[in-house]
Amino acid sequence: MFQIFSVKKTINFLRHAAPISILSMFIVLASLGSLATKGINWGLDFTGGTVVELEFSNPVDLNNFREKLVTPTTDGAVVQNFGSSRDVLVRLPVREEVKSDDQVDGVMVAAQSIDSSVVQKRVEFVGPQVGKELAEQGGLAVLVALICILIYVSFRFEWRLAAGSVAALAHDVIVTLGIFSVLQLEFDLTVLAGLLTVVGYSLNDTIVVYDRIRENFLKIRKGSSEEVVNTSITQTMSRTVITTGTTLITVTALFLKGGTMIHGFATALLLGIIVGTYSSIYVASYLAIKLGINREHMMPVEIEKEGADQQSMMP
Amino acid sequence: MLNKYPMWKNIMVVLIIAVGGFYAIPNLFGEDHAVQVVATRGVEVTAQTQATVTDVLASNDIAVKRSELENGQLLVRVQNPEQQLTAREAISEALGDKYTVALNLAPATPEWLEALGGGPMKLGLDLRGGVHFLMEVDMSEAVRKMEEAKIADFRSQLREEKIRYAGVRKTPRGIEIKFRDADTVGKAERYLKTRGTDMVYSDISSGDNFVLLANMSEIYLKQIKEEALQQNITTIRNRVNELGVAEPVVQRQGAERIVVQLPGVQDTARAKTILGATASIEFRMVDDKASPTAAASGRVSASSEIFDRRGGGQVVLKKEVMLTGDHITGAQPSFDEYSRPQVSISLDAKGGSIFSNVTKDNIGKPMATLFIEYKDSGERKEDGSVKMTKIEEVISVATIQARLGRNFVINGLDHKEAQSLALLLRAGALIAPVTIVEERTIGPSLGAENIESGMQAMIWGMAIVLLFMLIYYRAFGFIANLALMANLIMVVGVMSMIPGAVLTLPGIAGMVLTVGMAVDGNVLVFERIREELLAGRTVQQAIHEGYGNAFSTIADANITTFMTALILFAVGTGAVKGFAVTLMIGIATSMFTSIVGTRSVVNALWGGKRLKTLSI
Repeated sequence: MFQIFSVKKTINFLRHAAPISILSMFIVLASLGSLATKGINWGLDFTGGTVVELEFSNPVDLNNFREKLVTPTTDGAVVQNFGSSRDVLVRLPVREEVKSDDQVDGVMVAAQSIDSSVVQKRVEFVGPQVGKELAEQGGLAVLVALICILIYVSFRFEWRLAAGSVAALAHDVIVTLGIFSVLQLEFDLTVLAGLLTVVGYSLNDTIVVYDRIRENFLKIRKGSSEEVVNTSITQTMSRTVITTGTTLITVTALFLKGGTMIHGFATALLLGIIVGTYSSIYVASYLAIKLGINREHMMPVEIEKEGADQQSMMP
Repeated sequence: MLNKYPMWKNIMVVLIIAVGGFYAIPNLFGEDHAVQVVATRGVEVTAQTQATVTDVLASNDIAVKRSELENGQLLVRVQNPEQQLTAREAISEALGDKYTVALNLAPATPEWLEALGGGPMKLGLDLRGGVHFLMEVDMSEAVRKMEEAKIADFRSQLREEKIRYAGVRKTPRGIEIKFRDADTVGKAERYLKTRGTDMVYSDISSGDNFVLLANMSEIYLKQIKEEALQQNITTIRNRVNELGVAEPVVQRQGAERIVVQLPGVQDTARAKTILGATASIEFRMVDDKASPTAAASGRVSASSEIFDRRGGGQVVLKKEVMLTGDHITGAQPSFDEYSRPQVSISLDAKGGSIFSNVTKDNIGKPMATLFIEYKDSGERKEDGSVKMTKIEEVISVATIQARLGRNFVINGLDHKEAQSLALLLRAGALIAPVTIVEERTIGPSLGAENIESGMQAMIWGMAIVLLFMLIYYRAFGFIANLALMANLIMVVGVMSMIPGAVLTLPGIAGMVLTVGMAVDGNVLVFERIREELLAGRTVQQAIHEGYGNAFSTIADANITTFMTALILFAVGTGAVKGFAVTLMIGIATSMFTSIVGTRSVVNALWGGKRLKTLSI
């Protein structure tokens, strides 16, 4: 049997929990601080505006291109490379007096003056009103997702565990957003989708640990709550590492090979999965312990019954 | 006996995977080059058209793979891109400008498969290339126009009833009708209420101000908006047909927006001009003095012009325009007292008075309705803008029976004609203008690149995961890998089966992600089996306990991810929706393959046997 973790000895995960949770709090506060001061680099989907993606036949001198874009129609253009030095992304803000079409034409004129065989690969225009609505819908989606999950876990688990899992989720969302804010990565609709997926995934991790905690509280008659939690985390550790590993492999493949249009999405997943795995141990489980979880709380047996039902039903 | 599945369960597993696999097959066939023929003005694509097309292609030595006539569209498949181009030119020449002939790619699904409901996954714009527009109908303009019409209504109705009013005007509160005394306010209110439920009245008199306030009822407002939206959708649909785009999408989104998706269109400027082009209506008198023979040879008096009639023939009309279509506020197909089809037209106040004046002098004479539309000529002006050709057609000729006012009918039509005339009249009077609020254009090369990079990510991610599982869990890893592949095939199968499911780039990302996450179910089970083995249980017990204990955990974990995907689906648009759909399908199928699927293989291989060790 080839194993990454041997489960013979229980690892004392919670020994360093206190300093680590202080660190977590610090990271959350730092994230909130960055969100408050630097804010988020909202993408086109939320701000409205125009984006033009160009492919030049040769590497382009961006400064030269930027100078060419200082025209009445294309003023305020942000130019950046992505993928390769031949691929250029031009972002234009919404301006009342200039139509989006004219802005795009202006960009094409400037680009063609540098390279006549430049290809316009993608143009996106989002009106300011639509952007605002998308932002509202997105915020609503995250909120609804969190509420639904809160309802689900509080129905499925004892409230101390439920509180722990929701705290872990809030932690994941805030820290991932914080990293996007610190690095000023662009936040668009696909990133939002990524973030919501992270919410689901991170909860997935927490639930696996919780299920084991619940089971062990009923099985192991001796030992403190800490010991039971430590045992549970240790027992699920190799599963956690393997699943996180395979998911990270595929997300890394998306990140590296998936192309520019889902780069933000892959980034959000990559960050969120790492943060989410960590939080299921050090935020979710630790908070449940701090809230005083113990054997008695696991005693209401309806939950066990529900599990037992399903066992006999399925495989 | 432990770990034995009954035969029906094994058969069910095989059957479900087989069905998924079967519907995934159409994705292997690729696409045929095809030419699509759509009728645009007053004609229909019939078996006759199909025969003509077949003849034309035969005379050009182009072999037809398949020719299908469906939903008023003709789709002709040919062998290669060169033939496709030649075929389009030849067909276009043979059929003339009443038909739009477009290049298309049609799924090359064999007919027997298609008959069983098989077809490949539909690709989103980000994978096919094309334009996506989100258009917003200016509802305030639609409402404003209706309010104006109502103000004029009030004036004429009160005047007819001899109820004296001091003034009617639009204020921020609504339409205010001023009177000189309280009695008249009451009288007017009672009378107006009998005229319909479109408006809600309230007496807001104070002191010497005797005012009746009229507001549109909620139902009426909703109806106005609904009509404005429907009318714009109809108009845009007609114009999209003019563009000759294969498989366009014109759909409402919410209360006042319209989504237009044009796969394969790269020239946005042209698309926009055509979608935004205006059509208009003119009412003119028929020049009945012009002799038919003279008209046929093109000789008419200086004050007249010759126009084509829709459906054939020519009419001579006077140059003088009696009324233009922008005075039309509504046009509905209806029936007269003898159940004959007719079109009821209502005009705004100004249009009503003009019309009443001109018709008074022309009772008994024929009046024509001229439809004017701007159509893309396919050419460009020197400055690069689109050159539009003006198309004028007489869509109806009717005799004026009496002096016409603000509301009148055109009859002498059959049912279908009445419907299309009403539609055209409304299209000619675009009551609510549209603006583009979102636009996304994806070049064809980018679409292909997106597919390529999505596939790359999938292949790399999957290869590493498969390899890892095989090394780490050996025989069980191999079974998990089988489940993973079955899962992928089923996702593709289900995506192909569901009519509304569209594969987008984030959708491919969702599939890749499913590959990474789907092994979770197996990892949970396998780890549990290992634990049970280490705890000293027999092989059979370990397998039984492993699957049993892991089930509720797997279900819990997947339900939460499924919930977030559902929320994403509900609030997301376009590409994000595509992601949510793929993720949801992936979760459902992966639960099936990783729990039931692997169990049935494990049971078949090791179930009920006396084993000392397990390859896990």
